[in-house]
Amino acid sequence: MSVPEIEQLVESAKSGDAQAFEELVKRTYTDAYTLAYRLTGDEEDARDVVQEAYLRVHKGLSLFRGDAQFSTWMHRITANCANTFLGRRGKHRHADLDETTSVVDPHPSHDPEHRADVGDLRVQLTDALRVLPPKLRAVVVLRDIYDLSHIAIADELGITESAAKVRLHRARKHLRELLYPLKADENMSSETEEQDQEAARAM
Amino acid sequence: MRCDQISLLLAANADESEALLPEPAQHVAQCLRCQAEAVQYRRLLRDLGSMRHQLVAPDARLLDEILAGVRPLAEVTRLHRKARRKAVIGGFAAAATAGAAGAIVIATRLAARQNIAS
Repeated sequence: MSVPEIEQLVESAKSGDAQAFEELVKRTYTDAYTLAYRLTGDEEDARDVVQEAYLRVHKGLSLFRGDAQFSTWMHRITANCANTFLGRRGKHRHADLDETTSVVDPHPSHDPEHRADVGDLRVQLTDALRVLPPKLRAVVVLRDIYDLSHIAIADELGITESAAKVRLHRARKHLRELLYPLKADENMSSETEEQDQEAARAM
Repeated sequence: MRCDQISLLLAANADESEALLPEPAQHVAQCLRCQAEAVQYRRLLRDLGSMRHQLVAPDARLLDEILAGVRPLAEVTRLHRKARRKAVIGGFAAAATAGAAGAIVIATRLAARQNIAS
């Protein structure tokens, strides 16, 4: 018996086939969880986000027209859920880090420079992403890992397209400084933070 | 133009979606430090892109938790569809009955008129 394609499962699920929907979940939940984990930086939070995302997928599946791939649609919903989740958590637990704040990880084991010896690119990148402020992390993950458009990112995060771009550029700059520091970066960091803040105010 | 003024422009330019203006481009062409930074941004993007298909394994219970959340919704949807189907069939039946009754009434009246005329 041939294995149905994702598109076939989507069509069957849209017409009310509960088994097709469950199969769709089985095929896609690891990918959705990976994105949620990268956005939230926390396993427990990622689980909550993914569960909420699939509830929204179930409710909204009849509206999915198939213009984009199902995976792209799923990523957008997951990003939206993660954004809502992090916003809610920020209100209840702590104020979000300002996106222009310089980032210092209190855990040396998370320090990309510390982990450079390990030589594991994935671990270094994951650690560097984890220490970014959530607002910066979200745009760089969605754009540079999941290839979502600036407009889609702006829509799901509830910001303007130009704000999404500014956050992306700032996130890339932070990551580059964390992963491949140049000698002059340390001297420049205080100056560039001031310029970042000026740019943020100008927006 | 100074290197620190270029840095965010290089970050924007890393995926070549936004071209550098002539003045920064001229600076980069003459500055080894900025050229090195541009290379690092391209490397960063390549490394980030390579993460796309590296999956993080979730806790083994997650699938069951998702399905447990979705099943009640699926059941509600199924019942709604069933009720809607019944309503549609009932509507058709009512319309057909009304049509048949109307046809009988018209036929009866026509027959009565014919009887009177004859």
